[in-house]
Amino acid sequence: MISDDLSVVLPEIILSVYAMLALVGAVYTGKDKAAPMLVWTTSALMLALAVWIGLTAGPTETAFGGALIDDGFARFAKVVVLASAALVMLMSQDYMRRQKTLLFEFPVLITLAVVGMMLMVSAGDLMTLYMGLELQSLALYVVAAIRRDNLKSTEAGLKYFVLGALSSGLLLYGASLTYGYSGTTLFAGILASIGDGPIGIGLLFGLVFMITGLAFKVSAVPFHMWTPDVYEGAPTPVTAFFATAPKMAAMALFARVLFDAFGSVPGDWGQVIAVLSLLSMFLGAFAGIGQRNFKRLMAYSSIAHMGFALMGLVAGTALGVQAMLVYMAIYVTMSIGTFAFIMGMQKDGQPVVDIRSLNMYASVEPLKALALMMLLFSLAGVPPFVGFFGKFYVIKAAVDGGYVWLAVAGVIASVISAFYYLRIVFYMYFGEEGDRRLDGTMPPVMWGIMMVASFAMIVGVVNLFGVEGLALAAAQTLVN
Amino acid sequence: MDNLLSIITFTPLIAALILGVFLKGDSPSDQANAKWVALIATTATFLISLFVLFEFDPSDAGFQFVEDRSWLLGLRYKMGVDGISILFVMLTTFLMPITIGACWTVTHRVKEYMIAFLVLETLMLGVFCALDLVLFYLFFEGGLIPMFLIIGIWGGKDRIYATFKFFLYTFLGSVLMLVAMVAMYMDAGTTDIPTLLAHQFSAGDIVIGGKTIVGGMQTFLWFAFLASFAVKMPMWPVHTWLPDAHVQAPTAGSVVLAAIMLKMGGYGFLRFSLPMFPVASDIWAPLIFWMSAIAIVYTSLVALAQQDMKKLIAYSSVAHMGYVTMGIFAANQQGVDGAIFQMLSHGFVSGALFLCVGVIYDRMHTREIDAYGGLVNRMPAYALVFMLFTMANVGLPGTSGFIGEFLTLAGIFQVNTWVAAVAATGVILSAAYALWLYRRVVFGDLIKESLRTITDMNLRERAIFAPLVAMTLLLGVYPSLVTDIIGPSVEALLSNYQMALAETPVSTQLAGN
Repeated sequence: MISDDLSVVLPEIILSVYAMLALVGAVYTGKDKAAPMLVWTTSALMLALAVWIGLTAGPTETAFGGALIDDGFARFAKVVVLASAALVMLMSQDYMRRQKTLLFEFPVLITLAVVGMMLMVSAGDLMTLYMGLELQSLALYVVAAIRRDNLKSTEAGLKYFVLGALSSGLLLYGASLTYGYSGTTLFAGILASIGDGPIGIGLLFGLVFMITGLAFKVSAVPFHMWTPDVYEGAPTPVTAFFATAPKMAAMALFARVLFDAFGSVPGDWGQVIAVLSLLSMFLGAFAGIGQRNFKRLMAYSSIAHMGFALMGLVAGTALGVQAMLVYMAIYVTMSIGTFAFIMGMQKDGQPVVDIRSLNMYASVEPLKALALMMLLFSLAGVPPFVGFFGKFYVIKAAVDGGYVWLAVAGVIASVISAFYYLRIVFYMYFGEEGDRRLDGTMPPVMWGIMMVASFAMIVGVVNLFGVEGLALAAAQTLVN
Repeated sequence: MDNLLSIITFTPLIAALILGVFLKGDSPSDQANAKWVALIATTATFLISLFVLFEFDPSDAGFQFVEDRSWLLGLRYKMGVDGISILFVMLTTFLMPITIGACWTVTHRVKEYMIAFLVLETLMLGVFCALDLVLFYLFFEGGLIPMFLIIGIWGGKDRIYATFKFFLYTFLGSVLMLVAMVAMYMDAGTTDIPTLLAHQFSAGDIVIGGKTIVGGMQTFLWFAFLASFAVKMPMWPVHTWLPDAHVQAPTAGSVVLAAIMLKMGGYGFLRFSLPMFPVASDIWAPLIFWMSAIAIVYTSLVALAQQDMKKLIAYSSVAHMGYVTMGIFAANQQGVDGAIFQMLSHGFVSGALFLCVGVIYDRMHTREIDAYGGLVNRMPAYALVFMLFTMANVGLPGTSGFIGEFLTLAGIFQVNTWVAAVAATGVILSAAYALWLYRRVVFGDLIKESLRTITDMNLRERAIFAPLVAMTLLLGVYPSLVTDIIGPSVEALLSNYQMALAETPVSTQLAGN
């Protein structure tokens, strides 16, 4: 029944129709003058959809012959993606208006990217996977270069596009090999053709190429090269967006492919993921040390965090997937809070990203400094903040899966990366008296989001706001 | 009242929140208010903790005042004290009002300073009360943050290096412990400390790459915990962060660091390493003995050469902690009793010594030993107090320092005579550096021009020293006050330890010998 199929993808349909209407509407009315209003409506729509998807916890449904799966796992990822995209857009608005880059295409492109992500997380077929991924990526390529007249932004967009196209090619090649050797593009069919293993050499090649393509999307080392440049070059709101929703979606897709299509042979991909995880954690930890640019630093930080999230997948268990989901939810919250602060950093009305400009910030703005400090300690994984529990979850999953060496390496990397978070605290609290002062004001939306995020870092210790139970339910629908 | 321990633990935190939310401004009257709020909160915590002490039943070796609630991830929020931990709780609550009194002269960002100390007290109390592995870890690690800020914001000239070294050293040690904790969780299926105390971790040999690891899993876990506690303690050779941190820390920060935070390491050994990994403890005890013996002799010699008073006392702390580790792993009643006693005594004595340095530092703004001399002429009361604590540090009979050193040496003597002999030389060396320090600072003629106008201790300073003097002497002449409380718990711990050793296969024990 086509109507049943359509009802499964109703949120995606609503969002797509909205994106097209918004595009047409804005072109025929005020163009960029309509942009602030569009941002508000888009955010509101996304939040409403997030609430709707979050509250309708039905049984697993599939549509279009299994090409789309709407299960607890997909719903969890969709809620995180929608909510983070909405929040990032809300806080971007003021920043982009000040920089005169608030184009009406921005909310439309973000909406399309979000639709792509929603398709990615519920993909049940290689075709859906590729369609979702490309819809997301194409929108993001454009968004990265949204400041056309800015050299760095254009460079970021171009770099992202070229490397993204390469990775899409690799992914597609892997998908075609997989199709060739299994005779089907459906994940369930691939799983059936593998049986109890061992996996054939052709399928193995397909798997490895697909992992390569996906590793690029989550910026896992050694496929991370684009991340620092794109993070630095793209306008800060776009960077904030890159660091949150697409990471969640790509990680969820990663889990989908590994478990839905290759779930019966975890030994074949576990080692690969373990190496990706290990390299990401250490490169993120070491390369961040030299950074003075807050955005670049966050790029390396996100690489390290993706390493940790991958550690959850390594084990190939429901506990591991749950750990990964919890970790991503926490990571996204921390990132949003931190980027809200970075967007608010400005001196004489000009945005700055040098961490040295935070010199003695705590004596001027004690509350904001405290909030940022809590976020940074949480990013570093120092208890009692919530970030620690994310790390605890994935370490637990890794040890449970027999990857003790990876857990040990991970905690050592987290100590190394603690250094650069501490250095920001050092500038804020212990710096020398100087004149490099930031402006004190911060737009209320950014301020609010940052405060809520940092507040969540400490209050979440009580019960993680129930994310744990939701993630468990989500993980069980994926791994059974 | 089954949530008494939570009340004690979180009272300072609530006071910190009140300070943070309601107190605005930085005028002298606001600063005074902040100090008074902190003083009242810490005193109230101490008074409430007295209830625990009086209600505590020393004849019961199990955990008392247990509070158990479910928490996330199948972990439990479980608090409780036994004979071993209750005195550390008391030590903390007792010393905090004194610490707050010691920072009365601070004028730089007073409100934040008080908040940092109050938060720190909550975290320290949590360490001693927690009965869940992860809850313990949470408090244990969380304590780094306020200390990092205390040293970093209110510390001396070279504080940046010291803070980073302090933080990263301790953080690295602790994360390895975290992995071990997760492994324990996986093995035992719980993070509940009382259950884990009864759990037998496998001690069968493991062969990795042709090498046989004696003690197997227990050895790995034991070393992971050692990494954390040895840094915290600190034991030679990972003690180097301590002198740096002490020298740069403000007086009150040094007091808390030396008197309470170092004890977390010793407490950890007693709570985790010894009872949970008895086989590994038995196998690797000689390693600890020699590390302790080296610590005692080497750091005492280093202390002799110091020019900075705080550095000297810091090195002496490392030496005294050597007695503690030695006593714990001697694993007999005298040794463990002595180790706990030594930790409590060191809490009072080293805290007081840092306060003594603080008194003259406040007046002269230097800690160089050479800058002083002949203080007895102008500061007789100070000279008396300083002498008492110097003697207690040396371990003079009649002071608490003697009991701890004597018991630990008696304990180790039964196990390893050579280590006892080497460690005993530390007693002499400690007399050498402590008395020499005292002579150079207090005795002699008052020839330095700058010291001619120095004033003796004022009422506030006398008031903060009075309880410390009282405790040092009281414990020195009446040690049963402590040993009666810790006795049954230590006895139970040791009998479990011996039983676990007896149960393990002979081959493992032979391999260790």
